[in-house]
Amino acid sequence: MAETSHTEGAGSTHDVHAADVHTSTGAHGGGHDVGFPPFNVDTFAPQLVWLALTFTALYVLMSKLVLPRIGEVIDERRERIQRDLDTAERLKSDTDKALADYEKALGDARANAGAIARETREKLDANVAERQRAVDEEINGRLAEAETRIQDMRSKALASVDEIATDVASAVVKQLIDTDVAAADIQSALKS
Amino acid sequence: MAADGHGHSPIEQFEIKELLPINIFGVDASLTNSGAFMLVALGIIFSFLYFSTGGRNLVPTRMQSVSELIYEFVANTVRENVGTKGMHFFPFVFSIFIFVLVLNLLGMIPIPGITFTVTSHIAVTAALALLVIGIVIAYGVYKHGLGFFGIFVPSGVPAALLPLLVPIEIISFISRPISLSVRLFANMLAGHIALKIFAGFVGLLLGAGFWSILAPLPLALTVALTALELLVAVLQAYVFAVLTCIYLNDAVHGSH
Repeated sequence: MAETSHTEGAGSTHDVHAADVHTSTGAHGGGHDVGFPPFNVDTFAPQLVWLALTFTALYVLMSKLVLPRIGEVIDERRERIQRDLDTAERLKSDTDKALADYEKALGDARANAGAIARETREKLDANVAERQRAVDEEINGRLAEAETRIQDMRSKALASVDEIATDVASAVVKQLIDTDVAAADIQSALKS
Repeated sequence: MAADGHGHSPIEQFEIKELLPINIFGVDASLTNSGAFMLVALGIIFSFLYFSTGGRNLVPTRMQSVSELIYEFVANTVRENVGTKGMHFFPFVFSIFIFVLVLNLLGMIPIPGITFTVTSHIAVTAALALLVIGIVIAYGVYKHGLGFFGIFVPSGVPAALLPLLVPIEIISFISRPISLSVRLFANMLAGHIALKIFAGFVGLLLGAGFWSILAPLPLALTVALTALELLVAVLQAYVFAVLTCIYLNDAVHGSH
């Protein structure tokens, strides 16, 4: 420890500049007995002994106790987060599936509704057409009937017109010239 | 810290002080401030990680979140650099990362006469680096046999160039533990020396009569450097862990 006291002596009696110079000379001449502590070989053994002791203890404590403990907590958290994420993912896919099902059901219902509406409309259209045809037939029948009756009546009326004309003509002739004309003559005259 | 006249030397903070002399079979195993800080770091790391996760809450508490954050951060680093096959090295990389990180950060707490940065000693960083490289070689040979040394033979290179390239690969492999340990050690050392020097200027200027009006300048610089050093403390722990992963990748997957 002689060099130690030497250093202290230098430090207390000189100012910082001197000590600075002393440092550099100490560093240059260092290695054996000069007062630069890091190169003082005598102190190597106790440093190395305690380094070996403490570092070994540190390594054992870290590798056996501390690091597995921290690693465990971190792994546990990572697993937990992964699990939660998986659950969330699953729930999301469930939701998506339910949503898709709903959309599909809605689409089906819409398509059904359209089909029913179309069917109903077709049925109604068919009904209407049927009834129309029936009514048209009835009307046509009645029209034809009415026409024949009118035809009858007209021909009948025309027939009686001849008779009336003959009667009127004979009556007129009788009044005018007081002569009975044969009905046949009158008739032929009227027709000409 | 510097103004109380205690320890103006910027390297006094790196001194190893014996607290409890122990000697086992002629080996000096004394408890020093370095050893004590390692014990404190071990205690802090274990109790924080163990008790913050005590609830095993599905929704983590704030402290549990911090523990899980560190866990996942290191786990992702290992997974990205070594792959899932390298996950059985996760406890090792995690231990290295958290140990270096807490030791670096403990060195940033300014307690006069006590503060000590374990990782500012080459013995510690070199031992950790050699442990990493030792595991890389041991696992590589165990996994791939002598074929592991195929990492020294770059693929797709004309045979004529091999006598040149193989030695380069070997040298780069050997320089790995050196760069790994020196990087951490030098960063911690230089940062703390710079902090101490600028903090010392504050005290010096305060005692310099008229010029004491300049004292806030180095003080501001010290504050800024402290922020930078906090960044460096975290960054170097991360760099150490990432490089560990990259070297382990060679062992797990064999030649590149």
